[in-house]
Amino acid sequence: MLEVHAIHKSYGSTRALINVSLQIRPGEVLALAGENGSGKSTLMRILSGEETQDTGELTLDGKPYTPRNPQDALTHGVSLVHQELALCPHMTVAENIFLGQMGGGGFSPKEAEDKARPILESLGYPDLNPNRLVRELSISLQQVVEIARTQAINSQYVLLDEPTSSLTKADIRKLFDLVGRLKAQGKGVVYISHFLDEVREIADRIAILRDGTMVHQSHMDEVTETQIIRHMVGREMNELFPRSVRTPGEALLTVSQLTGNGLKPNQASFTLRKGEVCGIAGLNGAGRTELLRAIFSLDAVRAGQVTVGSSTPKSIRNSWQLGAGFVSEDRKEEGLALTMSIAENLTFPGRKGWKFSSKENDEVAVGFAKTLRVKARTVQQNISELSGGNQQKVAIARLLHSGCEVLILDEPTRGIDIGSKAEIYELIDGLAKAGKAVLIVSSYLPELLGICDRIAVMNRGTLTEFVPVGETNQEKLMELCVQS
Amino acid sequence: MKAKGVIGVFLAWVIICIIFAVLFSVAGRQPFLTSGNFELMMRQAVIVGLGAIGMAYVIMTGGIDLSPGSTIALTTVVVALVLKATHNPYIGVGVSVLVGVIAGLINGILVAKLKVGPFIVTLASMLIFRGLAKGFSSEQTVSSVPETWIQAFTAALGKTEKWQIIPKGAWVWVVLLIIMTWLLHRTVFGRNVVAVGSNEKTARLCGINITGVKVGVYTICGLFAGVAGLMQVSRVGIGDPTIAAGDELKMIAAVVIGGGSLLGGEGNMLGAAIGTLIMTTINMGCSQLGIANWIQEIITGSIIVVAVALDRYRMSRPAKIAVEA
Repeated sequence: MLEVHAIHKSYGSTRALINVSLQIRPGEVLALAGENGSGKSTLMRILSGEETQDTGELTLDGKPYTPRNPQDALTHGVSLVHQELALCPHMTVAENIFLGQMGGGGFSPKEAEDKARPILESLGYPDLNPNRLVRELSISLQQVVEIARTQAINSQYVLLDEPTSSLTKADIRKLFDLVGRLKAQGKGVVYISHFLDEVREIADRIAILRDGTMVHQSHMDEVTETQIIRHMVGREMNELFPRSVRTPGEALLTVSQLTGNGLKPNQASFTLRKGEVCGIAGLNGAGRTELLRAIFSLDAVRAGQVTVGSSTPKSIRNSWQLGAGFVSEDRKEEGLALTMSIAENLTFPGRKGWKFSSKENDEVAVGFAKTLRVKARTVQQNISELSGGNQQKVAIARLLHSGCEVLILDEPTRGIDIGSKAEIYELIDGLAKAGKAVLIVSSYLPELLGICDRIAVMNRGTLTEFVPVGETNQEKLMELCVQS
Repeated sequence: MKAKGVIGVFLAWVIICIIFAVLFSVAGRQPFLTSGNFELMMRQAVIVGLGAIGMAYVIMTGGIDLSPGSTIALTTVVVALVLKATHNPYIGVGVSVLVGVIAGLINGILVAKLKVGPFIVTLASMLIFRGLAKGFSSEQTVSSVPETWIQAFTAALGKTEKWQIIPKGAWVWVVLLIIMTWLLHRTVFGRNVVAVGSNEKTARLCGINITGVKVGVYTICGLFAGVAGLMQVSRVGIGDPTIAAGDELKMIAAVVIGGGSLLGGEGNMLGAAIGTLIMTTINMGCSQLGIANWIQEIITGSIIVVAVALDRYRMSRPAKIAVEA
């Protein structure tokens, strides 16, 4: 039995896991549920040796288990199958299964093939040819290869992180069969999924994390779906969100039948009006970010139409010109040019003409930095020197400088301090009052309920209707998130 | 701006000059630091120096251009042929610019549109332009180029011209360097070049025309290779399809020594110019001291390693993160 005893884990001031205990038993499937950021992934990373807990201990069959790294965890028989598969696409199935496991100096393709076959058979895939290149396989078969890899080293405990998020219905069935086989072989399986009916079907027990705390553990049939949802979101709404009287005006952003590649989003339609804040809830990978990116021409669109004001943007540049602006969920990778100054980052989209005066640019930037209370020594300072919250304020200030009427914000408060969060809520409220339209994606339901006028849910590419915030609550939203 | 970086490169150059001055006096030779030597240095540096201006723009976007050496050779051939046919230096200058711009435009469009990476694209165009140069010249040098004021660009200054301090071609270099520095810092295009190199995703998000910026920088790089080709004609007086092989690497080295990062987003026009002077100084000093060519190459190579290592060190130091209030 793999046991977790009262572990704590913090990242800086963020407490990711608080006093978490858990038992993973051989021959049993344990479902691990919880919202985005509830600590599921941190727990998995600790079990698989990618991270180490601050306090508390792990035991394996009663003996202390202290994996130093993922390789060490593997030798103890604990393997994690990531949501993002980690395979070498140019190599064969057999080579991938035994990657890093072949002892000695020689490599015999024949031997690898012969050893791979029984493993694939035991997982219910006797027809999967070990000599095929992994890149020729579908996602679901690639996942089989990844799971086969855990069995090549005879892992006793297999941790599956959201294995169905990119699978079709038929493939999900096959995966369930595979998990059933693992269980029948006496392996302990941890199954992370947001989709509650899947969880109900496959798991024997369920453990629920919320904000880093283990809030519930029981047999699957001792708990109803409603109870699970309540455990997942059962947060006190004790934060105060500013909300002025807003009067929605004419439509500023109209999206109709918008369909992206991979059917994320799938025929999304809605209207965002002047003086209104609309929110989109959903789980990671549901297609919320993809929807925003499709609206802003950042990703290719398969079908559908976007109208900003009264015209259809033809390019990203054109979107800005029509008065729409976008804040990326990934500040470091996409949101900001980290080697450049605050002032430069602030004015990229809003520059007019061909001449550039750094003096004038700095003066303009100082104005916006003051309005948004960006804490910095000067605007010439490199933006990488700012805290996350202040960086985010600059990313939002960019939209104001460019004169945007439609603000599209993807997880604008992720990973920033409480003070900056409050300032950003205040700012959003002020903008809506001043007649701007705000579209916001967030994983934090209290935040959406606190600042939005209307909220919709994205679930596997499909967007629900926007409902007024008064007619919904955390439980109702979460239910829409986890339906499959 | 990264003024500190430029000062560092400048100091490195000064130190190298002083080392040679000391070595020269120890060896009991004529002094190293003379106006004559300075003039000579500028004359030798001007070709790579001009090319390095364009290269700095390309590297600033995170790209690379391997073709300028071939473009220089192609330009010398075309300019020499045109001068022989027309005897008109104005047309010669115009043609050098035209050849460079066309070569750069081809690179830029291929890099921006094919998305196969600038290394492959310009490796191919390096071969193609070199082949064209050889084809146009029937694999011969184009000699008997008529004497015009083009040759005066890199000629030694006459007794009455000493007030000019450096050769006319070097003045062209200085003026273009100032213009291109201005372009980088004082125009939206210039800032977009830096933005694309700093973070292409951010640039795209902000509606910056990435294709335009890329086509622009490779065209600029080609243009400066063309002007460098003109200086090459001026210097050797012939069109030579095999000349300037490897000059692109010297240009890249100059940019890197001058503080440019091959990852893009960083770099300095003046730094690239001083980087060129550093390499020229080492060459000149070593040859005048009679130090073998292979030692010069080892020294130049070592300096590149040191420059890049210093750059890495500078980048790897953790940024000062403001403490959250």
